[in-house]
Amino acid sequence: MTRPLLEVNDLKKHYRIAGGLFGGKPSYVYAVDGVSFEVARGETLSLVGESGCGKSTVGRAVLRLFDITSGQVVLDGQRMDDASKDTLQTFRRRVQVVFQDPFSSLNPRMKVRDILAEPIRNFGLARSSAEVDERVNKLMDLVGLPREAVKRLPHQFSGGQRQRICIARALAAEPELIVCDEAVSALDVSVKAQIVNLLQDLQRELGLALLFISHDLAIVEHMTHRVAVMYLGKLVEVAPKRELFAAPRHPYTRALLSAVPLPEPGAQRERIILKGDVPSPVNPPKGCRFHTRCPHAFERCRVEEPELKIAPGDHWSACHLNDLPLAENPMVTPLAS
Amino acid sequence: MALLEVENLQVHFRTPVGVNRAVDGVSFHVEEGETLAIVGESGCGKSVTSMSMLRLIPEPPGKIAGQVRFAGRDLLKLSDKEMRAIRGNDISMIFQEPMTSLNPVLTVGRQIGETLRLHQGLDAAAAEAKAVEMLTLVGIPAPERRVKEYPHQLSGGMRQRVMIAIALACNPKLLIADEPTTALDVTIQAQILDLMRDLKHRVGAAIVLITHDLGVVAEVAERVMVMYAGRKVEEAPVRELFSNPRHPYTQGLLGAVPKLGSSLSGESTRLAEIPGQVPSLTKPIQGCVFAGRCAIATDVCRTWAPALEMKAPRHVAACHYALKEAVAA
Ligand SMILES: Nc1ncnc2c1ncn2[C@@H]1O[C@H](COP(=O)(O)OP(=O)(O)OP(=O)(O)O)[C@@H](O)[C@H]1O
Ligand SMILES: Nc1ncnc2c1ncn2[C@@H]1O[C@H](COP(=O)(O)OP(=O)(O)OP(=O)(O)O)[C@@H](O)[C@H]1O
Ligand code: SF4
Ligand SMILES: [Mg+2]
Ligand SMILES: [Mg+2]
Repeated sequence: MTRPLLEVNDLKKHYRIAGGLFGGKPSYVYAVDGVSFEVARGETLSLVGESGCGKSTVGRAVLRLFDITSGQVVLDGQRMDDASKDTLQTFRRRVQVVFQDPFSSLNPRMKVRDILAEPIRNFGLARSSAEVDERVNKLMDLVGLPREAVKRLPHQFSGGQRQRICIARALAAEPELIVCDEAVSALDVSVKAQIVNLLQDLQRELGLALLFISHDLAIVEHMTHRVAVMYLGKLVEVAPKRELFAAPRHPYTRALLSAVPLPEPGAQRERIILKGDVPSPVNPPKGCRFHTRCPHAFERCRVEEPELKIAPGDHWSACHLNDLPLAENPMVTPLAS
Repeated sequence: MALLEVENLQVHFRTPVGVNRAVDGVSFHVEEGETLAIVGESGCGKSVTSMSMLRLIPEPPGKIAGQVRFAGRDLLKLSDKEMRAIRGNDISMIFQEPMTSLNPVLTVGRQIGETLRLHQGLDAAAAEAKAVEMLTLVGIPAPERRVKEYPHQLSGGMRQRVMIAIALACNPKLLIADEPTTALDVTIQAQILDLMRDLKHRVGAAIVLITHDLGVVAEVAERVMVMYAGRKVEEAPVRELFSNPRHPYTQGLLGAVPKLGSSLSGESTRLAEIPGQVPSLTKPIQGCVFAGRCAIATDVCRTWAPALEMKAPRHVAACHYALKEAVAA
């Protein structure tokens, strides 16, 4: 088997937060607490899950935007978590990012041309200023913005247009992996379709791999190869998209899919409402982290933490229901739609 | 009289390359207890429309004209002081970009409390207690701890919920929500949409909801207004709009939405796009604003701008070729 482009092994990121008002003992946010996955060249892996479950933290760890607490981030066989400055510099070119909030990630005083020229120059991807201009123009074409707009400042664009600038900037470095953190959520339907098609085209042409973090499950289903579902700092399910969307095996994934609003006024669907306390990552529940809200929780869930186990179709899930006889497991029935 | 009546709203920006006619003569109204969704291509003027209603557009380079009547009063004619009393109190807004609209150096508790102290005269302790209550309502775990945190310590979706908590704190009569749930997962989104419905029922609030998520539109809106290039091109009750879109842009929009279940109905290929680009708003547009991208455009379209016309009961569209329901004799 060929080596995956990206390997993440038992990644942990705990943020230290101040103790109580009078000092007190420090506590931690267990934002990411032992996550492992791989992304192949040319593959899209989507990361989905509740707000605050640690998706962006995983993304930022992959980008090496901070020191991780423990675990490994391996790009193309090379450890990145303890890499030297030199290796990091090339790594920074090979792995790019598009964030969810395009405004705060663009320098408000830089013209679009300079925003796009910066990575081209930094990574020495053009020999002359004319070549820089040529590349900048190509990037504008690629993301569907008029070339004349390179003279403008970020605030003179709409939210969606700014996101296209961010995507162009990421592409400028000619990366192999792009972390897309809610990269298309702010876009309108038709631009979203264009950008998704664009990302897929680029993936095919350049063998680009994507770590695609998104709340838009219909888009995820459309464009991803595999999906990883996170809950409170851990992966609860990882599977190829058909497996996951047709027959989700984890109760959280089922609840998530059932909550997607359908573009059909008056459509009636059975929604799985999650009751119970939303736990905090500072104090994650013992046993299965989902047991406080899980409609299927039983005694074992409160004491023992379930492990990711494989089922046919490369379908991984972490739930004690996996150990029940098939006839008793409510998760093996396909989703009613 | 509707709670909000916007008439011939125009917002133009002076830019180095000419005047950007971001919003160019838009009229609409929202009744008490009603939700109007505004949808449309990125850059078509949705945010500018909503911000200009609250006079949050810097003038210059912006210039606002028209009327924005809220409960009968034209907001564009009020003094700055009168406007401040309304903003965040009678009318509140959830902004599209939570990170840039939260203050990075104030705790989230302070930011929620600020509005309450300003408009409802609560003291610091009461404001903090209320802030905790609001964070609980928007589903943020461990709210007592979170009120003491700064925006950068929160995840994207939590920041957005803080914005929502601020906007809902004073029980506004009109809530303008610009992409309120884009950064939220669908379970939390469902919860926030419930909170908005609850606001409607409790205080009869009207809601203007701007979103690209047509699933959300289908779920919560009563009426939908479709904008394109700074104009209103279609408006109809929600069911009517989804089942009988009459403007080619709206038809393209509905066609481009991916639906859940695509992986089962055969290998998905490409999403439908609307080919072409939005016309530049700094140049005068001859004919229909959509003509450059419209599959059925003719010379008529390229020459004359279609007027907004009633095509069916409560259903208007601006297209020369939009089907018109036969009027019963
Ligand atoms: N700098 C920080 N200091 C302390 N806690 C942090 C920091 N950054 C993130 N966290 C916490 O880590 C957890 C995970 O945050 P993260 O941003 O990864 O979530 P997410 O899954 O991306 O959520 P969303 O979908 O809302 O963007 C949250 O509880 C968040 O409050
Ligand atoms: N301060 C400004 N100066 C000049 N032009 C501006 C300014 N603010 C907005 N515009 C222009 O006004 C137009 C409408 O922008 P607006 O933000 O309302 O779009 P939108 O419909 O909200 O788009 P999106 O869905 O991407 O948020 C755009 O062409 C934008 O470039
Ligand atoms: S292990 Fe138990 S609590 Fe956790 S998801 Fe499975 S059934 Fe629910
Ligand atoms: Mg995030
Ligand atoms: Mg906007």
